[in-house]
Amino acid sequence: MTLVRGAKSGSTIEGGLDVEKERWLGRQPIGLLFILPYVIFLIGIFVYPLVVQFVISFYDFFFAAPGADVDRPWVGLQNYADVLQDPTFQRSLFNVFVFMIINVPATVFLSLVLAYALNTKIRGLWFFRGAYYAPYVTASVAIVTVWLFMFGVTGIVNTVLGPLAPDPSWLINSYWAMPMIAIFVTWKQLGFFILLYLAALQNVPNEVYEAADVDGAGAVRKFRSVTVPGVRPATTLVIILATITGMNLFTEPYLLTNGGGPNGASVTPVFYMYQKGVEQGQAGYAAAIGMILLAITLLIALVQRRLLERD
Amino acid sequence: MSTPLPISSEGTPAQDLEVETPPRNRFRVFVLALGAVLFIFPFYYMVIGSFQAVADKSLSGILPHPGNMTVTNYQEINDAIDAPRALLNSSIFTIGVLLFTVLFGLLAGYALAVMHFRGRATVLSFVLLVLVIPFQLLQIPLYILIVRSYGLGDTYIGMILPFAINSTAVFIFRQYFLQLPRELFEAARIDGASELTTMLRVAIPLARPAILNAVLLTFIGPWNEFLWPFLVTKQQDMQPFAVALANYMNNVAGRATNPDGANMAGGVLLAIPPVVLFLIFQKHFTSANIGSGVKG
Repeated sequence: MTLVRGAKSGSTIEGGLDVEKERWLGRQPIGLLFILPYVIFLIGIFVYPLVVQFVISFYDFFFAAPGADVDRPWVGLQNYADVLQDPTFQRSLFNVFVFMIINVPATVFLSLVLAYALNTKIRGLWFFRGAYYAPYVTASVAIVTVWLFMFGVTGIVNTVLGPLAPDPSWLINSYWAMPMIAIFVTWKQLGFFILLYLAALQNVPNEVYEAADVDGAGAVRKFRSVTVPGVRPATTLVIILATITGMNLFTEPYLLTNGGGPNGASVTPVFYMYQKGVEQGQAGYAAAIGMILLAITLLIALVQRRLLERD
Repeated sequence: MSTPLPISSEGTPAQDLEVETPPRNRFRVFVLALGAVLFIFPFYYMVIGSFQAVADKSLSGILPHPGNMTVTNYQEINDAIDAPRALLNSSIFTIGVLLFTVLFGLLAGYALAVMHFRGRATVLSFVLLVLVIPFQLLQIPLYILIVRSYGLGDTYIGMILPFAINSTAVFIFRQYFLQLPRELFEAARIDGASELTTMLRVAIPLARPAILNAVLLTFIGPWNEFLWPFLVTKQQDMQPFAVALANYMNNVAGRATNPDGANMAGGVLLAIPPVVLFLIFQKHFTSANIGSGVKG
């Protein structure tokens, strides 16, 4: 509490000293104390693990029995070289690429259209909003149970489709496994992105729509020329967040397609990192995967930001 | 468009006066209704399936058949994973994460919004970095540190730690405090209130909607989280419901009389708390702050 008092930057006699202090620490240096718990945890569970991951990615680091004294030799860039040449890792990147090709455009398009439709006063609006948010607030694990039931070999989807049903069925089909995960995640996360767009739509001034009305623009034209540019910053955010989701898939390949699908058809990088690091105990190798994914994620986020915010 | 005002065949026109549905909106309602069916159906089907004595995957299985209804699936899942215990674990995990999220989020959000101090910009860029690099990409070092080095496997604190800081919450609070008029804080400072008093007496009482918003948005995170508690908990009596259910699906369900039904019974139990909470607080479930927060 005594420290808190110090926040008062009064007009003392040593005014010059205060100005000097203010220049170095800011007007409310006590802010440092407010931010301290956050910063401590930031270092403890983000910065430090990041450093640990970076360091062990250069070692042949594996898990041994607790207390056992084992030699974990420095291997330099060997882990990175091995990971980059690993066919399963390459496959996992390809799988994520397939995922994003489907998920990102579908997410942007559907969430914007639905948010646009929901941004109005109609009867039963609460019901519609509730419906679209429901998958988002529900655990993947819970929803997977009913998707397995619906998309199983003899499930209701195949019953309806009859001879049109894919063989092997959706989740055990090496062509369909990854697109199914993309559809599942798009459907599940859509509510969150609708929320983002709904907030963004409030920032599009009504006058612009009215001006478009005066110019005789139709509904589609107004959507394209007023709404889409008006929510541009939100679109940037939606694309970046959807991409991050794609880079971090674990639950869906693990549970929906039973541990990576047929022949690794739905293995994702994070799932592979888990397999290598935790299941097989090759933590150094898994750490190298982690560092590569980190670099890719940052690079994509950066490039997207540049491209999308150019004008 | 010369479509007449919608007057339902049974209802009187007067009933339709409260909310007019212009013709233009009919297409809107049609699209929304079509989409809503696609979003709601799996939930409906999950509930129906969880009560089926014998899994009915035929078309008529969409409707409940009294002769094929049972609560055995719920008994089966409860016997296998001790549902109350698993739900308790989920609750402790979730509440722990929420406490950290709100406490650290308020402090950090307040400092970043209304205080001027050295290093503010650096912290802000780190908050953004945490948003871009989620913990999944750090699962290996976190696993080594928390489970192997600190021996926090199968403990609540081990489950909670990686989620203790939450960038989204910091942005929500920061954005909310930024919207409050500066004069409020200046006046309190001139009156001689310390920063802590200003925050506790002025800012936080005003920030109740933001706190509710942050709690609602972060509640579903830990409640639904799978990967981390799955890595940290080996003992079944420490597993949150999502982990216990996933392990049941993968290892045990095959032996049940109706594996699909038992899985879905578990799915329903896991889904109920967030869905109910969401229905109660639907109005407060907005994201007005996230988008602008990240831009700032």
